[in-house]
Amino acid sequence: MAAAVRLRGLHKRFPRVHALRGIDLEIAEGEFFALLGPNGAGKTTLISILAGLTRATDGSVSIMGFDVARQYRQARRALGVVPQELVYDPFFTVRETLRLQSGYFGLRRNDAWIDELLANLGLADKADTYTRLLSGGMKRRVLVAQALVHKPPVIVLDEPTAGVDVELRQSLWHFIRRLNRDGHTILLTTHYLEEAETLCERVAMLKEGRLVALDRTENLLRGGGGRRLVLELDVTELPASLRPRLTGRDGARFILDLPDYGDLEAILASLRQAGVGVCDMALGQADLEEVFLKIMHGVGHDTPEQA
Amino acid sequence: MSGFRTLLYKEILRFWKVLVQTVGAPVLTALLYLLIFSHVLEEHVQVYPGVSYTAFLMPGLIMMSVLQNAFANSSSSLIQSKITGNIVFVLLPPLSYLEFFMAYLIAALVRGFTVGLGVLLVGLFFADIEMRYPLWILAFALSSGAVFACMGIMAGIWANQYDNLAAVQNFLIMPLTFLSGVFYSIHSLPDFWQGVSHFNPVFYMIDGFRYGFFGQGDVDPWLSLAVVTPFVVLLSGLTLMMLKSGYKLRH
Ligand SMILES: Nc1ncnc2c1ncn2[C@@H]1O[C@H](COP(=O)(O)OP(=O)(O)OP(=O)(O)O)[C@@H](O)[C@H]1O
Ligand SMILES: [Mg+2]
Repeated sequence: MAAAVRLRGLHKRFPRVHALRGIDLEIAEGEFFALLGPNGAGKTTLISILAGLTRATDGSVSIMGFDVARQYRQARRALGVVPQELVYDPFFTVRETLRLQSGYFGLRRNDAWIDELLANLGLADKADTYTRLLSGGMKRRVLVAQALVHKPPVIVLDEPTAGVDVELRQSLWHFIRRLNRDGHTILLTTHYLEEAETLCERVAMLKEGRLVALDRTENLLRGGGGRRLVLELDVTELPASLRPRLTGRDGARFILDLPDYGDLEAILASLRQAGVGVCDMALGQADLEEVFLKIMHGVGHDTPEQA
Repeated sequence: MSGFRTLLYKEILRFWKVLVQTVGAPVLTALLYLLIFSHVLEEHVQVYPGVSYTAFLMPGLIMMSVLQNAFANSSSSLIQSKITGNIVFVLLPPLSYLEFFMAYLIAALVRGFTVGLGVLLVGLFFADIEMRYPLWILAFALSSGAVFACMGIMAGIWANQYDNLAAVQNFLIMPLTFLSGVFYSIHSLPDFWQGVSHFNPVFYMIDGFRYGFFGQGDVDPWLSLAVVTPFVVLLSGLTLMMLKSGYKLRH
């Protein structure tokens, strides 16, 4: 499959900050991809370069095979960006804003799609309201609609759910998923990691301008601790035979590594053998947040465990 | 092409929606100048034979309004978009720097001409204004307006905040337009200031424009055109280079 987004040896130096330090990344057409990283990691900078808002210091960037500098017209036509900053033009209503945005992309009669966008983003009754009068979350919805007026094959959302209520989060993701099913490639940044975990097939993690992880979501979850068994016992010490499996403690609970469910039987047998009673037991899996923290703080760093 | 048309339409719509501030206010300002200066000077000054002072004043006032408003339109639109951040809406689409330039330039001219026309209409209540050579009038309005529209684009892109823009307006635009013979003929100035005025390109803009009305001026209109045209070329070139480089728009 062709690459929807391709970054090669990408560097960005600001006068004081080396914001991107050699990024190589390929996102396939039709992927639902998450770009994660702490504040200041370089996510927005990377997106700005995709969008042609910032110029790369070094390296090459293409969208749907079009170089963002040399073939900027095709590249920009193929890209829809929801910016992180909540921006709007105070002079125009929601519908005017969307009509203008369509016009910039050369679409003169786009009202059918605009209406569909408004309906899907819960903006239908705000169509004739000035954007400056909308609440923050509503403004964010308009930004999403603006990014989609030209039905771009590649959609980039820079923290689209910051400050957005639960209901819109749900309907927004429902809508974006539908677009993804229809073949649109989605690149998403978010600080809500459970969103990335449930939505995205593949995840890249960025730290201080470098890619520190890039894998399928399920692989990351497995690698980041994998399955585990949480036990609450009637004793305060874990039987010696199980100690090698211990990965952490959470109060009275022991957290054991459980790479394979087949090991469960053996663990229970060891407990019986030691004459230890089980008060409570739960199976679990490390979530993306834990994996994220682990990767960001370097492997082996102890992170607070949740039950 | 259609992207350009939309951007132009948006730029015009932007000032059209607040016509009271963008056209009403400058017309009122011009009207106040007209009332005060013509009241004070009408009886005392006659610059050209057969032309009343009020009539003499009109073309200068119109031109000053055209220039200041062409500058104000492009500069304020750009700085506003930059400060509020909505400039990304026009940076994300596939618009070329040339389309960008033309849209802001033409919108600035439309605003300048709208205000100029407003001042002219108001002026008709106060004086008979003949327009002997409409082509000269148009030539100078277009070329001079374009020069100030370009300066507005450059200033709007260069400025980081409204203060920067106000500085350009107060220290460059206002002196240039006021010290250009709007209110007087430079022949009435002492030799020194007459000489200085000849280094002010705006003097030629206004003198040429006025020639179009009365068929009389301080210098030959062809000379004025020869002075103004290179400025059009120079400033459009500079503005285009600035836009092409992405200076302060694309990091
Ligand atoms: N225009 C700029 N000029 C100078 N430095 C910049 C500029 N934009 C970003 N930076 C710097 O580049 C680094 C990366 O910033 P960036 O906005 O890409 O981070 P981010 O990953 O999007 O963070 P967040 O999660 O907070 O949005 C930061 O150190 C930031 O200060
Ligand atoms: Mg960011």
